[in-house]
Amino acid sequence: MINSANRSSQSGTATTDLDWEKIRNDFPILKLKVDGKPLVYLDNAASSQMPQPVIDRLVRYQTTEHANVNRAVHYLSEVATQEYHRARCKLQQFINAGEDREIIFTSGTTDAINLVMHGYGRKFIKAGDEIILTTMEHHSNIVPWQMLASEKGAKIRVVPINDQGELEFDEYEKLFNEHTKFVGLIHVSNALGTINPIKRMIDLAHRYSVPVLIDGAQAAPHLTIDVQALDCDFYVFSAHKLCGPTGVGMLYGKAALLEAMQPFKGGGDMIASVTFEKTIYNTLPHKFEAGTPPIAAAIGFGAAIDYLTEIGIERIAAYETTLLEYATMRLNEISGVKIIGTAAEKTAAISFTMDGIHPHDIGTILNQDGIAVRTGHHCAQPVMQRFNVPATSRASFAFYNKKSEIDVLVAGIKTVQKVFL
Amino acid sequence: MMHTNSLYQEVILDHNRKPRNYGKLEHPSHHAVGHNPLCGDRLDISLQLNEHDQINAIAFQGESCAICKASASMMTAAVKGKSRSDAETLIDEFRDLATGKLNTESPHHLGRLTVFSGIRDLPTRVKCAVLPWHTLHAALNSLDNASTEAEQDPVQIVTDNTSSA
Ligand SMILES: Cc1ncc(COP(=O)(O)O)c(C=O)c1O
Repeated sequence: MINSANRSSQSGTATTDLDWEKIRNDFPILKLKVDGKPLVYLDNAASSQMPQPVIDRLVRYQTTEHANVNRAVHYLSEVATQEYHRARCKLQQFINAGEDREIIFTSGTTDAINLVMHGYGRKFIKAGDEIILTTMEHHSNIVPWQMLASEKGAKIRVVPINDQGELEFDEYEKLFNEHTKFVGLIHVSNALGTINPIKRMIDLAHRYSVPVLIDGAQAAPHLTIDVQALDCDFYVFSAHKLCGPTGVGMLYGKAALLEAMQPFKGGGDMIASVTFEKTIYNTLPHKFEAGTPPIAAAIGFGAAIDYLTEIGIERIAAYETTLLEYATMRLNEISGVKIIGTAAEKTAAISFTMDGIHPHDIGTILNQDGIAVRTGHHCAQPVMQRFNVPATSRASFAFYNKKSEIDVLVAGIKTVQKVFL
Repeated sequence: MMHTNSLYQEVILDHNRKPRNYGKLEHPSHHAVGHNPLCGDRLDISLQLNEHDQINAIAFQGESCAICKASASMMTAAVKGKSRSDAETLIDEFRDLATGKLNTESPHHLGRLTVFSGIRDLPTRVKCAVLPWHTLHAALNSLDNASTEAEQDPVQIVTDNTSSA
């Protein structure tokens, strides 16, 4: 099963067999100094950094392969089309999709969710229908559904979370009835780090014949994803959280569902033929890729997937778990610091609050020591409301972080406490 | 980049610890709530204008960072007893200070509020310092829709307001 087997040291994957320091050296940006201090980049959940091989791939594409795709018969167009297609196939393998046409390039997670809202939701959801979401969703998996609900007269039902920041499965089960028509579910919470038991949740929804969209933006960088084993109907994530470029992401959808859906955007490439009387839409995946796609970014996405796969997502997860455990221990030792989100299953992200000190002030003072953390509501205001805090600070780790950086963070937090003493 | 310590000066830390005019007026003539959508901070300002258009009472409350709270605290102290138009002048000057547009060499009325001048080097924090001033402006003008206001402002702040004036 997805949630347990692929992460943490229990899986038995040795983390010492890799030279993590050498891997870190692949990331040129990590050599930066901020205000004279070495950069300590702990904002990986917002966006991760790009290694040299991916940067090189972008340069190679731009210097020797660029043209528009799916159009001309000339050499460069063929190369670009082929490389763009290869990137799609890499994603297909990465998440073990059955077919490459089930992978749609989008501009990101948000765009992918909006595609499903328009393509599936606007066609199949009607007045009186119910959509189940969770308290933990990122705004990108709330707002599109609210827009749909208000347009159609549908209703949003919300799965609550407990004090540890875990979904309440029993409550989830109780939300189902004959009106339930869609479930939107975050795989890993960006605000709390919680890994949700999505397989069980998908199975339950399927017992009611309800399709499920999984927001995997925070899961794909840390967990092995197998969409066929999960049997999810839609799975979405962005490249920029996987060491890839911004401006590209992907939607996986079961072919039958994608076929049944209406297009999201109209334009070139998504059509088979156009007359003013009638337009026939193109086949998958092109039906959902109107206009010139982010070709360079998609190819960079493919290179990032190669890079991560070569290290191995399981090794990455096991190493990150050692960082999570160490950071959790060190932060728990500081009195006045409270960790928000203490689920049993977590990725390496820690949200915390400090007594009497606002996260924005924490972030500004940590920045003085070169430490980059995220402060704010993390686009998850319902989570903040649930824990009764306006905002948190979040340190989120990647496989290129090291324990000594956690020590710098701890020292920085003590400086913050001194300023506000 | 500025050294952050020059921002977290003792005056600011002191107003953060012991905010002046904290709370809510029982019967305000003007009231507005400002939001900083970036961090979710929220600031409530209520004030009483007398028949000479002077602010004879003002209070603020809300969840906010030290910069915002200190700015609100010092602002309420600065505008109390001032006429509406003097308060508006201060609002303009403070906004200019925070965005680096004010020439602090030429005459202005900000006095000790210039401790916030360092904020101009931290663009992400400008909003925190300006939120109270923007909210005061909204309250004084009883704008029913502050989104146009947000366009003119360097700071995107959403305000709801109510006013009995
Ligand atoms: C869980 C989750 N969903 C969705 C998103 C939105 O991703 P993007 O901004 O790349 O569309 C994010 C990014 O912050 C996220 O963490």
